[in-house]
Amino acid sequence: MNAPAYNFAYLDEQTKRMIRRAILKAIAIPGYQVPFASREMPMPYGWGTGGVQVTASILGPDDVLKVIDQGSDDTTNAVSIRKFFAKTAGVRTTTRTGEASIIQTRHRIPETPLTEDQILVFQVPIPEPLRFLEPRETETRRMHALADYGLMHVKLYEDIARHGHIATTYAYPVKVDGRYVMDPSPTPKFDNPKMDDFAALQLFGAGREKRIYAIPPHTNVVSLDFEDHPFEPSRTPKSCALCGADDTYLDEVVTDDKGGRLFVCSDSDYCEERRGAEQAK
Amino acid sequence: MNAVAPGFAEPVLAAQATFRTVMEAMARPGTIRRLAGVDAPAPLSPAAAAIALTLLDYETPFWLDAPLAASGEVARFISFHTGARVTADPADAAFAFVAAPAAAPPFTSFAQGSAEYPDRSTTLVLQVADLADGDGMVLRGPGIAGTRQLAASPLPANFLEQLADNRAQFPRGIDILLAASDAVAGMPRSLHVAGG
Amino acid sequence: MYVAVKGGERAIDNAHRLLEQKRRGDPAVPELTLEQISEQLALACDRVMAEGSLYDRELAALAVKQARGDLVEAIFLVRAYRTTLPRFGASEPIDTGAMEIRRRISAAFKDLPGGQVLGPTFDYTHRLLDTTLGESPSPRLRGEGRERSERGEGDSPHSRAPGDPPSPGAFGADLSAQAGRGESSAMPRVTDILGNDGLIEPCPPGEADAPVGDLTRAPLTFPAARDLRLQNLARGDEGFLLALGYSTQRGYGRTHPFAGEIRLGEVEVEFMAEEVGFAVPLGAITVTECQMINQFHGSSTEPPQFTRGYGLAFGHCERKVMAMALVDRALRADDLGEERKGPAQNEEFVLSHSDNVQATGFVEHLKLPHYVDFQSELVLIRRMRAEIAAAGETQREAAE
Repeated sequence: MNAPAYNFAYLDEQTKRMIRRAILKAIAIPGYQVPFASREMPMPYGWGTGGVQVTASILGPDDVLKVIDQGSDDTTNAVSIRKFFAKTAGVRTTTRTGEASIIQTRHRIPETPLTEDQILVFQVPIPEPLRFLEPRETETRRMHALADYGLMHVKLYEDIARHGHIATTYAYPVKVDGRYVMDPSPTPKFDNPKMDDFAALQLFGAGREKRIYAIPPHTNVVSLDFEDHPFEPSRTPKSCALCGADDTYLDEVVTDDKGGRLFVCSDSDYCEERRGAEQAK
Repeated sequence: MNAVAPGFAEPVLAAQATFRTVMEAMARPGTIRRLAGVDAPAPLSPAAAAIALTLLDYETPFWLDAPLAASGEVARFISFHTGARVTADPADAAFAFVAAPAAAPPFTSFAQGSAEYPDRSTTLVLQVADLADGDGMVLRGPGIAGTRQLAASPLPANFLEQLADNRAQFPRGIDILLAASDAVAGMPRSLHVAGG
Repeated sequence: MYVAVKGGERAIDNAHRLLEQKRRGDPAVPELTLEQISEQLALACDRVMAEGSLYDRELAALAVKQARGDLVEAIFLVRAYRTTLPRFGASEPIDTGAMEIRRRISAAFKDLPGGQVLGPTFDYTHRLLDTTLGESPSPRLRGEGRERSERGEGDSPHSRAPGDPPSPGAFGADLSAQAGRGESSAMPRVTDILGNDGLIEPCPPGEADAPVGDLTRAPLTFPAARDLRLQNLARGDEGFLLALGYSTQRGYGRTHPFAGEIRLGEVEVEFMAEEVGFAVPLGAITVTECQMINQFHGSSTEPPQFTRGYGLAFGHCERKVMAMALVDRALRADDLGEERKGPAQNEEFVLSHSDNVQATGFVEHLKLPHYVDFQSELVLIRRMRAEIAAAGETQREAAE
């Protein structure tokens, strides 16, 4: 049996071309989900195959790659994806946000502001923000075509009527450049304001659902809300037990079964840098 | 028949580098990006040739304007290297290459995409002699913090009006790459363009 | 002091080492060979080939072994390999009318040209565990398993011996050399017999040059053409299709099906080579085909005709192709002017959820950490509970 030989960054050139064309169209139509012929990857659907395909299609030998999951470089799936690219593309990897040229992420936007020279690639499970309101693709596509987003506003308003709050806390829908309503992927809504006028290019890949979309740098991104219920990003009102930051998104750690809790930065690199700077003083 | 010019020396890496340049150009409209071109039969410019070799394949019919179509060499070069077929119908083209922008057909003759699938539209590669930041067009829109200036020539007739019409039908519309001999600038459909 | 959790990389490496140990099991027990899997777990390999959509018995056997017998995992392994293979084009359409038949039955006619050929089937076996199979070495090959078996009355003039497979790409000796084969020209498809009298809707005419849809190369859009629907179903999860097909029988989109014909055997695959200008044979593959004959249709201007549901897949997989034929027919509701009432008739629902590689990935991705999202929910739920508690407090104070 012959051992299969794989191309640079795993994907064959024809697949990369197809994905590259989809990325260019996605950039030209900010927030619009471009269908693409997502390939079966050697990792399960739902585990970042969309992000991996996007990264594989843009990655070059000079890139430095960072992969995070839940904000951390050391979570198992982040480790797995980073190893995949180190192996198939031989690229340099890093855990430092500032050193990376491409950052692939699941569920977070780094706390450290990104620069013009960086690209943020999101892994997306369900790219269609209207999907849970209308399961039929034919219908949601029509709504996007007509910019008919009444259904989304009705849903958010029903939340307020029932709970006094909009009950969406992650994957909170945004409107991109005044046109397309878009799912930012399941990032906490704490991260939503970062997307507006972001310096780096943001690319979104949904492998199982076969969609790619994008937000060009410095694009207007607004979280949906109402005048009497303005959008508010939320975080646990505590400080990080490790670095003391009181303005970052926090993970909750259960320390015992008697109600013991402590909170630490979800962005592990940001937290380490802060602690390093503290020690240096 | 002459042998076809060789194309990229290192196809995988050259395609990646070219794509990244084009992607940056599209993501930051109006910025001028250096692009290592590839030797191609005249009048196809080296930058336009590199774009073709990077993005085309058997799934993307391409259209050539009269000067590019004249000898048949350009079509043969692109088809040989990419497997793409040339089409006489601009509305059928995923990519269109124009060597003489001043005589380019109206943008509306190309594929515009549909309201449901606006991505199914032509990307127009306009070969220009000069590309510079500075007095010319004033661009704003996604990819630009504030405004950006861009000068290019020659350009199609009624370029600004055509761009305004293109923007007015957003999300439908064509996307443009301006290709000088060794540089490229992107003008996606999301752009608002005014005279400088 | 709390120290942030670390060591994901080492944990993964260790997990993989453990998995490899578990896969091998007790090293005192001899290791399975791919030949053993391919020959003795043949139907597992068939399912992996069908849903992995790659006809390669050896790779299917390898995948079954590597996946520890988890067939969905094996299908996934094969798919991930398949996607890296270069494509040379589409083959010529296979002709199941010219199949080397091993099994062929029709529930619609008592007898018909070519006869009813039971072939290798579990049908009519009594499902009694055969403890002799547990003996080692397992019992010698018994003659009766290889003998002809007729359906029903038996001595039909057309009855014939089932041919055994030419074992394309399989290992081991062909034990069936003595078994009669051929006569395939005397095995017209039941639907062709009905078609000659105009009793069943014609098959859509095959256009040799028409482009062949391929959902692995272009994303599926709705409504989907029938070629893409059939491709989706052929790759679809057997259990999912089985449940959907079953639901149509229980009234959720009933189609009054008759198993017009089920046939199993080998067909030639040919590829039109542009350079030589004719179709080059690539080899033979085993396929199972099911043609369902369904509820008739007609109008005041058109005489009534039966309609069709179609199932075809690699290998021997009768349950799969029968369910596929039921679902294919159910999905044609719109084309045939029927009201969509059952889930099996809902194209988006069926085609979007049939793929077990997609489904298992997304269901199992819930194992991945979600604590960032969960924290977001915690923040909100704590806040809402606090607000309600505070409101209660205020009310109590007001009442006092």
